[in-house]
Amino acid sequence: MAQSTNSEVEALAGREYEHGFITDVEEERIPKGLSEDTVRLISAKKDEPEWLLEWRLKAYRRFLQMLAEDNEPTWANVDYPPIDYQDMYYYAAPKARDELDSLDEVDPEIRATYDKLGIPIAEQERLAGVKIAVDAVFDSVSVATTYKEELNKQGIIFGSFSDAVKEHPELVRKYLGSVVPYSDNFFTALNSAVFSDGSFAYIPKGVRCPMELSTYFRINANETGQFERTLIIAEDSSYVSYLEGCTAPMRDENQLHAAVVELVALDDAEIKYSTVQNWYPGDKDGKGGIYNFVTKRGACRGKRSKISWTQVETGSAITWKYPSCILQGDDSVGEFYSVALTNNKQQADTGTKMIHIGKNTTSTIISKGISAGRGQQSYRGLVRIGPKAHGARNYSQCDSLLLGDECGAHTFPYLEVKNANSTVEHEATTSKISEDQLFYCMQRGLSEEDAISMIVNGFCKEVLRELPMEFAVEAQNLLGVSLEGAVG
Amino acid sequence: MGDTLLEIQNLHARAGDAQILNGIDLTIRPGEVHAIMGPNGSGKSTLAGVLSGRPGYTVTDGSVRFEEKNLLELEAEERAREGIFLAFQYPVEIPGVTNNYFLKASVNAIREHRGEESLDAIDFLSMAKEKMAIVEMPKDLMARSVNEGFSGGEKKRNEVLQMLLLEPKLAILDETDSGLDIDALRVVASGVNALRDENRSMLVITHYQRLLDYIVPDYVHVLAEGRIQRSGGKELAHELEAKGYGWLGLDEGASA
Ligand SMILES: Nc1ncnc2c1ncn2[C@@H]1O[C@H](COP(=O)(O)OP(=O)(O)O)[C@@H](O)[C@H]1O
Ligand SMILES: [Mg+2]
Repeated sequence: MAQSTNSEVEALAGREYEHGFITDVEEERIPKGLSEDTVRLISAKKDEPEWLLEWRLKAYRRFLQMLAEDNEPTWANVDYPPIDYQDMYYYAAPKARDELDSLDEVDPEIRATYDKLGIPIAEQERLAGVKIAVDAVFDSVSVATTYKEELNKQGIIFGSFSDAVKEHPELVRKYLGSVVPYSDNFFTALNSAVFSDGSFAYIPKGVRCPMELSTYFRINANETGQFERTLIIAEDSSYVSYLEGCTAPMRDENQLHAAVVELVALDDAEIKYSTVQNWYPGDKDGKGGIYNFVTKRGACRGKRSKISWTQVETGSAITWKYPSCILQGDDSVGEFYSVALTNNKQQADTGTKMIHIGKNTTSTIISKGISAGRGQQSYRGLVRIGPKAHGARNYSQCDSLLLGDECGAHTFPYLEVKNANSTVEHEATTSKISEDQLFYCMQRGLSEEDAISMIVNGFCKEVLRELPMEFAVEAQNLLGVSLEGAVG
Repeated sequence: MGDTLLEIQNLHARAGDAQILNGIDLTIRPGEVHAIMGPNGSGKSTLAGVLSGRPGYTVTDGSVRFEEKNLLELEAEERAREGIFLAFQYPVEIPGVTNNYFLKASVNAIREHRGEESLDAIDFLSMAKEKMAIVEMPKDLMARSVNEGFSGGEKKRNEVLQMLLLEPKLAILDETDSGLDIDALRVVASGVNALRDENRSMLVITHYQRLLDYIVPDYVHVLAEGRIQRSGGKELAHELEAKGYGWLGLDEGASA
């Protein structure tokens, strides 16, 4: 496991949400509100083919229907005032985004923004020999992608969703909505109607992607929702590790982020998908913050394919997300490793679905929930073993750690087993951070904050070690920062 | 009084709601080793807890000075950084945090307070290796979670290892001998003795005289009913061993 040095842990003291700044950049918006015109306008801006506009419009009609039928999901254990879908902007993009001939042409303000976030838009090695390809999504559009050319030499396609629609329409058309249909739920219908960009990755047969691919999502504009899609396709015997990070300014308003992620793994392919979610969580009293309503699903279509989700969710006022795996191929493997942290008045309802269809499919769920302040969180997980899934196996472990008396942790495991020849194991624990542990650390000279950060990181170890090394350090720091003022 | 490291005067304290310490007076000068003996429940751990700033205790009267400072005003971590070390009677487990990481963080927190440079992983390891040899600590314990699954003896060695790494001014050992066989006792004692010098003081809490054959104290105090009932030299420990606590007119918990 990667461990941050002591000085890094020490640097946590006194920090709060540090990505809350606003970039002063001129943005172009389409008028507030949602209508068929909004959908057409977004599609026109992107010069989209007719089939895609049609698809968007079908999604839009479905959304309208769901809205009329009051189909916004209410089963999650979260609480928020009704969202006025007419009272936000659906498209905001930095002005003058002509085709970039090189990364040097990126708007300096935006470049500076990403620098400040610690994500240089440049093709430079992070550590000796470590390269990370970055797609930078700023409000409604991708503003730059690094290492495109180099990846392309191996046939890997990586870049913005909009470019993929232009340059590889056949791939997009084949896979878009094939894992998450637009009609899947209220928010997927909304996203499918108005999505404005996102990332696309295609790894050809037999290719092991030589570097991490990553997308950094930044919401900057006020009163604007971000609706992006990610689509990753791993052909036979290929491998890719992908990471996404998210940040937003501190604002008193709530902003909606409704994304859809689809993954497809074919025979013997493996996709490792890691998220460090650090959207603005709102202030101590629950004012402001991002509503993070996201649908993520991977299809293990091929035999022996594998999809692994790792998420560290520390941000957002509300998190509603269930990265899932559909284990179609025989011997395919699904994994879900999650750390969710809620402090102050944050709410999270998160978990996974493991749908076992093929024979000898296996899934592992490790969920670590940390609640502090008045934070509320729920683990919600479904394990379904279909009638043909002979020899399927699932192991689930859900651990909750409470800091203080005003927070809550809830676990909702759902099990549907239709094949007797399968094994399902579920373990759950709830514990409080103990005064003895804190005192032990403090007797050894550690501050209370450092002690909490250390104990929490230890609690999350099984998940953090699944992250790519560099991001594990970032995630550890984030856990410490997010707990600031949690005890005392 | 520059010559005093710790001065406890008329210390009264409660554990939870129970009045446990009823007027302790004790002065420790640099380099001295004091042993506190007493029956179970006499308040030995309470005294250690009050001195180290453990939550759950309330001082109701009296004072404690450590060097020039009012010790009772300091937070637990400040006391640790000022040089007070407690070897726990029941060391605590911290799942998922490696012993190596924990000890390094601890050493660096204290070094920083002393204005020393923090140690990097390599320097720390070489320092740790040297101290591990003294307490015959198996290497793999550094890679395991703090105290998790350690045997009783391993936990106590780990406490002494931490003490060796942190080089405190005042080490309080709370029944570090309990549950140890004679070999482990010898090892633990040699760790403690390795740290003895003219500037470092120790408060060795024990129920049995046995430990004091290995860590020879300058003074022995008998604690009972929340007061020091009797003080003397090391021969007091032998006398107690021979005659039992009942000898002092205390029937409670006689020589267990
Ligand atoms: N939190 C507490 N609340 C009430 N009584 C306590 C508490 N902690 C300890 N005690 C009591 O205080 C007395 C002294 O305990 P302790 O200091 O641990 O004794 P020793 O270490 O000498 O065996 C015991 O009777 C014990 O039960
Ligand atoms: Mg005791």
